[in-house]
Amino acid sequence: MAQTETVILDQAGITRALTRIAHEILENNKGSKDLVLVGIRTGGDLLATLIRQRIVDIEGEEVPIGAVDITMYRDDLAARGSLPVGKTEIPFALDGKKVVLVDDVLYTGRTIRAAMDALMDFGRPSCIQLSVLIDRGHRELPIRADYIGRNVPTASQEKVEVRFDEKGAPEEVRLIKS
Amino acid sequence: MAFRHKHILGIEPLSAEDIQLILDTADSFKEINSRDIKKVPTLRGKTIINAFFEASTRTRLSFEIAGKRLSADTVNISGSTSSVVKGETLEDTARNIEAMSPDIIVIRHGHSGAPHYLADRVGCSIVNAGDGAHEHPSQALLDLMTIREHKGTLKGLEVAIVGDITHSRVVRSNIYALTRMGANVRLAGPGTMVPPGIERLGNVSVFHDLRDAIQDADVVMMLRIQMERQSKTLLPSLREYARFYGLNPLNLTLAKPDAIVMHPGPMNRGVEISSYVADGPQNVILNQVENGVAVRMALLYLVSGVDSMQDQ
Repeated sequence: MAQTETVILDQAGITRALTRIAHEILENNKGSKDLVLVGIRTGGDLLATLIRQRIVDIEGEEVPIGAVDITMYRDDLAARGSLPVGKTEIPFALDGKKVVLVDDVLYTGRTIRAAMDALMDFGRPSCIQLSVLIDRGHRELPIRADYIGRNVPTASQEKVEVRFDEKGAPEEVRLIKS
Repeated sequence: MAFRHKHILGIEPLSAEDIQLILDTADSFKEINSRDIKKVPTLRGKTIINAFFEASTRTRLSFEIAGKRLSADTVNISGSTSSVVKGETLEDTARNIEAMSPDIIVIRHGHSGAPHYLADRVGCSIVNAGDGAHEHPSQALLDLMTIREHKGTLKGLEVAIVGDITHSRVVRSNIYALTRMGANVRLAGPGTMVPPGIERLGNVSVFHDLRDAIQDADVVMMLRIQMERQSKTLLPSLREYARFYGLNPLNLTLAKPDAIVMHPGPMNRGVEISSYVADGPQNVILNQVENGVAVRMALLYLVSGVDSMQDQ
């Protein structure tokens, strides 16, 4: 069967969603005190950079940012083989911090489970919140997002792809049916 | 690129892409060693047997720590305390180990080819931690990782390796690894310690004067004079060896000013390397040890994933 692709969020839409998420994060946490952002590679780390920029513009205060690669924490080494392991960079202590995890697409929730395990190995945050650009449903674990760019109902055989240009800026989100 | 080697028997079977992947994976794992909680769950439930039939401190400790930091269960057996002393053959020992369902056997053995012999006879992964005078792949990989960290690249570097070339498994693995990654290798040692025809292993040149070999080198790697493997016929005296083939602050000035000094350990201070150099600003020897854990984590991780990919 032919593969069809639909753009479900364009660049302007992504920009507006990230701006709204930045405001929601600040409102919910009453400012940027003790706030840190951690993006999940690859995709979430790029979005985290953009959300952080907005938070800094609004509040005028620096917010630490890190990136986590969850390959070492996957639960499917046996099924997937040894995937390339990316770098985890969290160059600050997480103890007592409010951590906002940033990912591009929330699906089964297994990536987030792995990312939370990784964060716990770096310290004891006072809380972990989750921000995603797209929530496509089909959760397999009791996980939900606190900040959502857009809810997209999908079938499990479909794919959601967030495309970035070579500079790491998000271009569009596509729904791929095959 | 996926890693397709179930066993790590040597560097010789690995391509440049394989080596690149191992080094990149090791770079990513390195960060774990500086965390407060130095453990990730990656190899949870895997059993790794470190079977060391020959003396080792560094390599065995390094493999054991690497396995433990990936949450694998590691068990050590050594030749002197195992039933090998009661006359059990290597194959029987291995079969018995295998009956307890390990996932990886890390083996060091005094005979070249022992890991290959086992790889043909057991079902689990075999990682060579040094076999006779043949190969010591994890040592070469940690050497490459250290060079890459300091020099940014491996391509085009001039790497001088000095010492007992004939008896060194470190040198053979390093020749394969370095030449495959585009570095130029210069070997130097007394005539009795350089096997004829070693140039055929790749992009290698042979010198019999230490000074010629380290002239303008980017990396100077000194090998240990293996006193336990030495007969008097190869070497008149250690003092003479130190005089002609020992690295000291004076001859080190022949190398590039930013050259790094490496040694696989354990060092014979005052023989192949003077303490001034071993503790000097250009030495990266403890850096090599540090990177050893990361490289071995990468190897254990990469061989662990291969079986499942072949099933698909």
